[in-house]
Amino acid sequence: MLQDKDRIFTNIYGLKDKSLKGAMARGNWDGTKQLIEKGRDWIINEIKASGLRGRGGAGFPTGLKWSFMPKESDGRPHYLVVNADESEPGTCKDRDIMRHDPHTLIEGCVIASFAMAANTAYIYIRGEYMREREALQAAIDECYDAGLLGKNNKNGWDIDIYLHHGAGAYICGEETALLESLEGKKGQPRLKPPFPANMGLYGCPTTVNNVESIAVTPTILRRGAGWFSSIGRPNNVGTKLFMISGHVNRPCTVEEEMGITFRELIDRHAGGIRGGWDNLLAVIPGGASCPVVKAEDIIDCPMDFDGLRAVGSSFGTAGAIVMDKSTDIIKAIARISAFFKHESCGQCTPCREGTGWMWRVLERMARGNAQKREIDMLFQVTKQVEGHTICALGDAAAWPVQGLIRNFRPEIEKRIDAYTHSAMDHGAVLEAAE
Amino acid sequence: MAKLKVDGKEIEVPDHFTLLQACEEAGAEVPRFCFHERLSVAGNCRMCLIEVKGGPPKPAASCAMGVRDVRGGPNGELPEVFTNTPMVKKAREGVMEFLLINHPLDCPICDQGGECDLQDQAMAFGIDSSRYQEDKRAVEDKYIGPLVSTVMNRCIHCTRCVRFTTEVAGIAELGLIGRGEDAEITTYLEQAMTSEMQGNVVDLCPVGALTSKPFAFTARPWELNKTESIDVMDALGSAIRVDTRGREVMRILPRVNEAINEEWISDKTRFIWDGLKTQRLDRPYVRRDGRLQPASWGEAFAAIKSAVGATSGKKIGAIAGDLASVEEMFALSELVKSLGSENLDCRQDGTALDPALGRATYLFNPTIEGIESADALLIIGANPRIEAAVLNSRIRKRWRRGNFPIGVIGEEGELRYDYDYLGAGPDTLKELVDGTHSFTEKLKNAKNPLIIIGQGALARTDGAGVLASAAKLAVSVGAVTEEWNGFAVLHTAASRVGGLDLGFVPGAKGVNAQEMLASMDVLFLLGADELDFSKKAAKFTVYIGSHGDSGAHNADVILPGATYTEKSGIWVNTEGRVQMGARAGFAPGEAREDWAILRALSDVLGKKLPFDSLAALRSRLYQSHPHFAVTDEVGNVDAGEIAALAKKASKMNKSGFASTVKDFYLTNPIARASAVMAECSALARNNFKVAAE
Repeated sequence: MLQDKDRIFTNIYGLKDKSLKGAMARGNWDGTKQLIEKGRDWIINEIKASGLRGRGGAGFPTGLKWSFMPKESDGRPHYLVVNADESEPGTCKDRDIMRHDPHTLIEGCVIASFAMAANTAYIYIRGEYMREREALQAAIDECYDAGLLGKNNKNGWDIDIYLHHGAGAYICGEETALLESLEGKKGQPRLKPPFPANMGLYGCPTTVNNVESIAVTPTILRRGAGWFSSIGRPNNVGTKLFMISGHVNRPCTVEEEMGITFRELIDRHAGGIRGGWDNLLAVIPGGASCPVVKAEDIIDCPMDFDGLRAVGSSFGTAGAIVMDKSTDIIKAIARISAFFKHESCGQCTPCREGTGWMWRVLERMARGNAQKREIDMLFQVTKQVEGHTICALGDAAAWPVQGLIRNFRPEIEKRIDAYTHSAMDHGAVLEAAE
Repeated sequence: MAKLKVDGKEIEVPDHFTLLQACEEAGAEVPRFCFHERLSVAGNCRMCLIEVKGGPPKPAASCAMGVRDVRGGPNGELPEVFTNTPMVKKAREGVMEFLLINHPLDCPICDQGGECDLQDQAMAFGIDSSRYQEDKRAVEDKYIGPLVSTVMNRCIHCTRCVRFTTEVAGIAELGLIGRGEDAEITTYLEQAMTSEMQGNVVDLCPVGALTSKPFAFTARPWELNKTESIDVMDALGSAIRVDTRGREVMRILPRVNEAINEEWISDKTRFIWDGLKTQRLDRPYVRRDGRLQPASWGEAFAAIKSAVGATSGKKIGAIAGDLASVEEMFALSELVKSLGSENLDCRQDGTALDPALGRATYLFNPTIEGIESADALLIIGANPRIEAAVLNSRIRKRWRRGNFPIGVIGEEGELRYDYDYLGAGPDTLKELVDGTHSFTEKLKNAKNPLIIIGQGALARTDGAGVLASAAKLAVSVGAVTEEWNGFAVLHTAASRVGGLDLGFVPGAKGVNAQEMLASMDVLFLLGADELDFSKKAAKFTVYIGSHGDSGAHNADVILPGATYTEKSGIWVNTEGRVQMGARAGFAPGEAREDWAILRALSDVLGKKLPFDSLAALRSRLYQSHPHFAVTDEVGNVDAGEIAALAKKASKMNKSGFASTVKDFYLTNPIARASAVMAECSALARNNFKVAAE
């Protein structure tokens, strides 16, 4: 249970003053100049020591990512790009940061830009986030007016922050597709290598970070790596914004320590499962791309990277989608599959063709209009997509289906049986004849 | 060089190689659709997946990964990749299955059948049956012009066509819209593409989505006879393959020739073949009572004999056309000379090039491949896009690498690359020569400056002056040195350099083409149709050629000849490269190869030419002009000739330069007989505003 004094996001619900003055009163922008004066290496080492892992889903150590940037510029400018294209279904933390606590992000941008010698930071915000953009832009303007950003600012590191509004494509949340989109091109992922730290935005060294990863860094530096790493379990440290949606009594976004068990998280913050714990069917623990986990596996599972990996899923963005026993789980996964089919960029073959195939088969399975052998075939198709694509969207599309088959195969077979048994009914015969 | 192991075999390849190229080098076949050597890497088909040892536990796209990107083992072991492991086999089968689920089973009615990458690779790397039970995707066909037909159901989204048009052709008219499985290749508003190179997308398309519209449903690739030959539509001599069925040319495809056309050809080269079948002269004609009437060879020859007999050698002339081969020009010049005439000319357009000034003064000296090593370019009186489309894409290729200032004097046209427009005509050229123009500095600062002089600057009364000025400029900016010769004359006629090499120009007492047209008693036209026949006053005109075009209309005797696909012949391209074309079929009806007509005529005229076969003709030719015997090479030229030319008088008029090619699609009698070219020309004239039907 995270204590209030350890919270990084002190205004995540927007109940307090959002302005720069209010943020400063809560401790933001405190001693930013002194942090910068401690130097680049100190910042990167401190972030490394804190054990902060990227909050965008993949969980790559943030300090390590920053250290990939060239130490000396070869003449090309460096860029920091903040990925605010938060489009994963079930995920809604970045929007709360941006509309209620924007100064954590802006201060983070200053520090991160300094740490990687970038004088320009871009924040790529999701197309649907209109109000969030307005709030964040207002906060940026405030900072310019207060002399915290721009040339010769009070912090001693020249930095310009540009807010770029996307057009609402999920794929633009993939870091290289985001860079393409930022450059004004079609948002299609790039081939890697070269990695953005080498050849990123406009061919220059670039680091792309999630909003939350950037927003937590000032507080980590202020309170020390030791403080951050003392929260949670080894390799899964710190605090994290958890988003709980679905069949709980009070869906919410809440900052908690990593490794809190699912039961504690739900009981304490979400008012319990609708209809009680016995009514829990399954949870998608980290946003739509994570495999679904059955109730008995998740209830006492620690909510962090390693904990969820142990139950065959992943921590993702910590956007838990809770489903009770009223859920048609096959239909639910088919809907997720439809989402990925819709959002596939169409660049590479396995994802372009595979997502549509998986979705169509799942739609039939949701009705039971399938053969049992097709369950294995579907599983093979997901394996043919996974790991064969340019970016991770192929994997993201395959995992929910794999999770469904691994955990709910009997459910699918039951549905097929029911459909076959009622095949003698009048309606089914007609349908077959059509 | 980088060392690595492919399937356990150790090889060493250059650093810039991709894994795919390294695997090929090691003899391991890697299937691919989107990868193409001359286009940027897309890495989107995922067919070329291979296993990289020590990498992540998933296959890697070999086309997109450089050999330097793979790391060796911790103890200095070589990096290792595999193309034959179960993982690779499974990956290929998987990708192939995905490609096929939405690909229609059109093969029996598809023009790509038999030469389809998807068909071949499905056989080699796919599995035998389909597990896909859903409906296949249906995609609406797009109108993208009169040359390329689309069946978009078949598209596998490799984007080769998009990359070709944007990178090589320089038009942003083809693209992929939509996303996911709804992604479609289109010209956005379904307008015709405007490129002169668009036909190449047909070759690039690995499936039958983009096929040749004129060739549609006419033949199967396996029933065609393939003849490797040389193109004559422009002065580049692009390498082509002529596919015939029986006597009929069914289509023309490019061959690879790195020195000239890489593997592209222009649309005129590719789609000209329907012109080979229409408007053909298939029997001799003789003008009687003011009308051209069919005649026998004997009657035609007799008519010529009486006309020749009625005049003296001084009043006999011969003009060679733009498509003539060296052999027939040689035969004609021998014949005309034996009749006592020095009136020869191969320069219908009156261009001011003169073999007496030396070979270096009329060749594209830097060579086409040399464009890539140039670092500044001045174009004088030429529009390479329509005069030599393939060469233009070579300029674009160099321009894309950057640091390549391009200046243009002449018409301000669309060239598919950015350039500085310097001025319209001689005044600007004079400024450059005097060094008062800022572009002179750019040329001077370049290591290898390139100056292209087009026929638009030379085919005019002051052409000699322009040529001398250009030479002066070339010498003064250091374009002509020991290592580099950047003085480049761009020709538009395939026969021109051969004719100049041969000395097919007026002798000391001879007159040029325009004067011949106005004053000869007997005038031989060897496929010469680009003359201004309204000025014709010649009494008796003999037309030897293949098509009923303006030359034939103005003739008194027509002797039916063969087109470039119907004879073996030598053509010399604008670089001075001697190339030999091959015969792919026979001329129709009574038409004969031109050299044989001239040989037979010489016998009737009592001046029998001393050869009875093409081989004998060639051995005579090689005796008098040995350089014709060395094919496919650009010989050395004497750069001093350009320096000498630079010292000549350089008086010029005021009028601006204008390209001699007014309509790319209608430059010669074969093109004017082609319905496809006519349609393209009409589209181009209407500025491509014709919407999709």
